[in-house]
Amino acid sequence: MKLSGIRVPHRKHTADCAPQRLPVPELVTIPMSMHIGKHAKPIVKVGETVKVGQLIAEADGFISAPIHSSVSGKIKKLDELTMSNGTKTTAIVIESDGMMEVHESVQPPVVNDFDSFIAAVKSSGVVGLGGAGFPTFVKLGVKDLSKIDAVIINAAECEPYITSDTRTMLDKPELIFDGIELLKKYLGTKRVIIGIENNKKACTAKMQQMADNTSGVEVKVLPSIYPQGGEKVLVYNTIGKIVPKGGLPLDVGAIVINCTTLSSIAEYIKTGMPLVEKCITVDGSAVNEPKNVIAPIGTPLSNLFEFCGGFKSEPKKVLYGGPMMGIAVPSLDMPVLKMTNAALAFDESEAKPPKTTACIGCGECINHCPLNLNPPAIAKANKLNLPEELKALCADLCMECGCCAYVCPAKRPIVQNNKLAKAKLNKYIREQKEKEGGK
Amino acid sequence: MSKLVSSVSPHITSNRTTQKIMLDVIIALIPAGVASVIIFGLRSLLVIGVCVAVCVLSELIFEKICKKENTILDLSAIVTGLLLAYNLPVSIPLWQAAFGSLFAIVVVKQLFGGIGQNFANPAITARIVMLVAFSGTMTHWTAPFADTATTATPLVHLSNGALNELPSYLDMLLGVRGGCLGETCTIALLAGGIYLIARRVISWHTPVAFIGTVLVMSLLFDKAPLYQLMSGGLIIGAFFMATDYATTPSTKWGKIIFGVGCGLITILIRFWGTAPEGVSYSILLMNIFTPYISKLTRPKPLTGGGK
Repeated sequence: MKLSGIRVPHRKHTADCAPQRLPVPELVTIPMSMHIGKHAKPIVKVGETVKVGQLIAEADGFISAPIHSSVSGKIKKLDELTMSNGTKTTAIVIESDGMMEVHESVQPPVVNDFDSFIAAVKSSGVVGLGGAGFPTFVKLGVKDLSKIDAVIINAAECEPYITSDTRTMLDKPELIFDGIELLKKYLGTKRVIIGIENNKKACTAKMQQMADNTSGVEVKVLPSIYPQGGEKVLVYNTIGKIVPKGGLPLDVGAIVINCTTLSSIAEYIKTGMPLVEKCITVDGSAVNEPKNVIAPIGTPLSNLFEFCGGFKSEPKKVLYGGPMMGIAVPSLDMPVLKMTNAALAFDESEAKPPKTTACIGCGECINHCPLNLNPPAIAKANKLNLPEELKALCADLCMECGCCAYVCPAKRPIVQNNKLAKAKLNKYIREQKEKEGGK
Repeated sequence: MSKLVSSVSPHITSNRTTQKIMLDVIIALIPAGVASVIIFGLRSLLVIGVCVAVCVLSELIFEKICKKENTILDLSAIVTGLLLAYNLPVSIPLWQAAFGSLFAIVVVKQLFGGIGQNFANPAITARIVMLVAFSGTMTHWTAPFADTATTATPLVHLSNGALNELPSYLDMLLGVRGGCLGETCTIALLAGGIYLIARRVISWHTPVAFIGTVLVMSLLFDKAPLYQLMSGGLIIGAFFMATDYATTPSTKWGKIIFGVGCGLITILIRFWGTAPEGVSYSILLMNIFTPYISKLTRPKPLTGGGK
């Protein structure tokens, strides 16, 4: 069986652009919610001076991640910030002194066994950099290591435009392989598979060349069919197993980790520098000179665009991430987050959602769903308020990859519909549980 | 700076639109239309014009009266008009053609909610209603290249066993035979059908299953298989009407079941029924089964055994 998907335009204009370092921004805004889980807890006060790599917020609770200062300077204020998804969080605003002085705590950590490795991954502040932002130490902190058959390194980078993982593979291949050695040593991983889409020839060559000198590493070249880098899709296309609904890749013996996430961990263990900067692809129809830019976390997006020659036409829509799953931001003041891998700005012609017309029943959405879902039936059950039907249709399996909405000739807002249906179903399941609990 | 647009992903979509799909269908139907004018004369252009005009106008007026959004620009009414015209004899009185068009759009399409909501193919249903209402004029077949001379269709010859009366294979291929004005020219219809498959407007499953079933059955019962394929409305039905999105299944296996079902019903009517032709009835009957076929062939979500 082959999973469905779609051919999207690649638009990897910046694949050959070696990342350029952004001049130190005057101000960075670092939100406490740059990961899935509980927001981090600030441990600095207004007026305090901080340096690069200094811990400014600690992980709060089991699923959370610590946050470090990305510049040296003074804490200006602790602000409330509304994130693009509508949640509110505290943001630490730091006025940079332009010196980028490194904090004394930045020292390579002592790592000699599994526990100290996981502790180091935790203090690196690294989260899933492919976009999900799941704290990496939680993912790697597997209780029963014998369950891991394979580690799959996600280097598919299937979203249009984005080339930041491409640059990691081309510019820091040794860090990826350092990371692989760490996983082998502390997780006992025997089999490592690097999954790359076939539109990245240079990356494949580089990875293959390095893999030839490393035991137990395979490079798997995958067709450029979106969403190749979706976790479930990648697991199926590399080891042929379907991750159960509501489960984790570990349920089928796999751990999936993004290549830049892995290189960031390796970098921390090598140098002691936590995750404080990101390579970001800056592109889109409104941008003058698309580039890959290395910027401190917390940098306002406007700085990135200025650095790329400003706008050639007025930006009407600006995204965190790629055009298939990226999130539209409310303003150019929004900061670079840990999991930001692209900042795209589109002009008027590409910003307006297309006009929606009636569903003509062509079935393209059904035929292109990688997980075999039935969007029209889900939309109908949602409209008629039938949570049981939504459950039977497995609406909550949807990963919001957007293949359905991409192919729809009537331009129906299918992902939006699915999100609403999922919310309704999840609420229903919660209420059912509460009812059962109350008995 | 003005406000940024906020919307749910994805932020890009394919260039495919309903309008472009319908335009492709119209393009695919042009060769058969040209052939009909050559074979049956300018009156076929008149019939086509009346059907298209009445379909478009009745959609426009109906939507105006019901205060619904105007959907003329999706071009689907034009497709319905063309298909209905192609399924009428060239000698049909124009008022009857107009009545059929009105019926197709208002009763079969709009009363069920407009594009995408109707369960039966508008052109086919209207044709069947006309066949019942105007059985005389609907089975009055003008001979090719003649204004007044009448003829019988190959299917009538076939069911009468008058094999020596049948036109040559070449004439069948070119459409020089009696029949509905747009259904006779096999070559033109095939060209249009292949165009639709190449443009991915339709998939090959339905036409291959439909035509394949008719071929196999007529081979099995030794009933002049090639004539069966090129007679009546099989080619136009299999490529253009059994592939209508709203009224046929959308899954691969659903399309195959639909096609085989149409083929079997067509054969049943042609070989053992009283009517010489069964393509329209077969598609309408299978339209009714469509929701069940869709349910039966709906792909299972990939839950991997999880809850």
